[in-house]
Amino acid sequence: MTSVAELTGREPVKRPPESRPPRARVTGDAIRALLIQLIAAGAVIALLVWLGVNTATNLRRQGIASGFDFLGERAGFRISQTLIPYTPDSTFFQAFLVGLTNTLFVAALGILFATIIGFAVGIARLSRNWLLARLGTLYVELIRNIPLLVFLLFLYKAVLAFLPGPRQGYELPLGANLNIRGLFVPRPIAEPGLMMTAIAVLVAIVAAILFYGWADRWRRETGRQLPVGWIAAAILLGIPALVFYATGSPVAFSYPTLQGLNFTGGLDIYPEFLALLIGLSVYTASFIAEVVRGGILAVSRGQREAASALGLRPGTTMRLVIVPQAVRVIIPPMTNQYLNLTKNSSLAVAVGYPDLVSVFSQTVLSLTGQAIEVVAIMMGVYLALSILTSVLMNWFNARVALVER
Amino acid sequence: MRHLLIALAAFVPLAGIASAEAATLDDVMARGTVSCGVHTGLLGYAAPDNAGRWAGFDVDYCRALAAAIFNDADAVTFSPLSASERFTALQGTSVDLLARITTWTMSRDTTLGLNFAAVNYFDGQGFLVRRADGFTSAADLNGGSICVQTGTTTELNVTDFFAANNMTFNPVVFERIDEATAAYESGRCDAYTSDASGLYGTRLTLASPGDHMVLSDVISKEPLSLAVRQGDDQWFDIVKWLHNALLNAEELGVTSENVDEMLNSENVNIRRLLGTEGTFGESIGLSNAWAYQAIKLVGNYGEIFDRNLGAGSPIGIARGLNALWTNGGLQYALPIR
Repeated sequence: MTSVAELTGREPVKRPPESRPPRARVTGDAIRALLIQLIAAGAVIALLVWLGVNTATNLRRQGIASGFDFLGERAGFRISQTLIPYTPDSTFFQAFLVGLTNTLFVAALGILFATIIGFAVGIARLSRNWLLARLGTLYVELIRNIPLLVFLLFLYKAVLAFLPGPRQGYELPLGANLNIRGLFVPRPIAEPGLMMTAIAVLVAIVAAILFYGWADRWRRETGRQLPVGWIAAAILLGIPALVFYATGSPVAFSYPTLQGLNFTGGLDIYPEFLALLIGLSVYTASFIAEVVRGGILAVSRGQREAASALGLRPGTTMRLVIVPQAVRVIIPPMTNQYLNLTKNSSLAVAVGYPDLVSVFSQTVLSLTGQAIEVVAIMMGVYLALSILTSVLMNWFNARVALVER
Repeated sequence: MRHLLIALAAFVPLAGIASAEAATLDDVMARGTVSCGVHTGLLGYAAPDNAGRWAGFDVDYCRALAAAIFNDADAVTFSPLSASERFTALQGTSVDLLARITTWTMSRDTTLGLNFAAVNYFDGQGFLVRRADGFTSAADLNGGSICVQTGTTTELNVTDFFAANNMTFNPVVFERIDEATAAYESGRCDAYTSDASGLYGTRLTLASPGDHMVLSDVISKEPLSLAVRQGDDQWFDIVKWLHNALLNAEELGVTSENVDEMLNSENVNIRRLLGTEGTFGESIGLSNAWAYQAIKLVGNYGEIFDRNLGAGSPIGIARGLNALWTNGGLQYALPIR
């Protein structure tokens, strides 16, 4: 993140070493407090153990199977959309992984799109353009006041009502076809020689990083600014593209063709996935827009005025002065929105997308009947996902946080 | 979140101090109603009627049970359960009887802590398709998309059937039956699959039932059964013998209309059934008029079938496998003696 300090070429001031607060003396009060804490913790642990043992005993007594052995058994059911290899002969654990990857996939794409839409709408609401600002307001107030489940069902029904049957599908450019069974696009197939392009991508990334460092030093020495972004983009795209063509375009495409009842050969993007992705992105974006708007408004007017007094243009001011400061305010609430989106993806079951909840806590649960184990795994997974998101965002937050001097 | 609540609902009683051997009948008596787990809404089996009252084949079994215990067919608390919730609800003591088109399978019987008391409907899995598509058998569905409700044996059956015939299909899986049928109706799927009897009821709820038909192919055995918690033999006996009493009533020609006259019958089988001879009701913890009350207030098996699924209903399913054994069906009444 570029900051004013870098722009003006000054090194940021080093923080003085922190002085530790004086260590509290061990007193009678402290020992008593510690004892009470220990007793309370012991009681909670004992209660949990008692609950666990009792549950296991009662399950056994009632003749209900328990334990996690079922994860290794044959699943036996099909899943329509899988990112990893899966057949009905796979195990319940593999079915779990399919559900998990499907959840992660829709959540990751949802976060990406929600952030892009959210930033666009949030900035639009602050625009001086009356129409743009009102459209932004309309979007936020309309979308965030609808319950997400209703919105998803509406989207799914709207998608299904709008799309024609597979025989009357819309022919799209490049051999794609849009119909009620999904959006069918040509499936790229790697051919030998593609490895060279992959290597070229790595080389281009390294080259772009080196160039960025060199341009930065050059600017500090001469005071002249190169169009860094454009040149970096040219390096990143140009080198792989050159190698790709030089090695004879080693990618073939398998085109979707209507065979019997359905299209085969292409890559199928299902309407359930589209409805869920659009729903999650558009819905969460309405909250992110408000977070972004609030973050930008939180940067004091003086910053903008000072920047223009220094002669920075409005675009540069936004990029180098306003946004870096707004990001500090935006990150914590943004983390909440990302967590919400990930957890809300469990509504997929309503629109037929095979996410973790649909595959695992619906199908697998009812096939095995082991509710306690399945729900415990589910809670563990969502907890882990949320904590992981939190940790990443907190790390990012610590990086951009205002350093007090 | 609902799943979490269900799990907790199951967990709390399971974690509780080991109580005395479950006496469901005592609990039901103390509560004053039978708590019955039924379908969330399937015409013919369990759905609210025009007056907003629960009606259907499974619902009538709940009512017959309440009638046998309390002499009041309305002393029932209905719990609509989704397919994936039903077993947990039964394990967790929130329902006393699961009358929810549940297929009796060995794994369910042996690992879920429940017992199946009786098969009240012999069914098989079928396909609902659009007439305009021109399908004549399940083999025509190769490569197609099939809408299915999650948490049922149907997901496995359809997979096995297509694999056995070297065919493929795309499952589109929904939690609720109305979402699955809505997706089918919109054209998302070539077929909707479920138990054939349920398909007849579902067909009637579509916008234009005449455009759809149930394929004659049946790809599985679905003995739909009444389930109770394992470990309470008395309650298990009550439910088992209630079903047999309703079957015996049909076999002996005892109906809700003539049951009062039949009290004076000389036929010893009828006298045992209606409690004018013997103490069969007391032996399962009820009054000797238990079967009389159920028949009087709800009807015999044939009446329940006709009213909800058969000739007397809009669905109009033939008795088929569910005819009495004396008429070439599989419903065989165990003798009350």
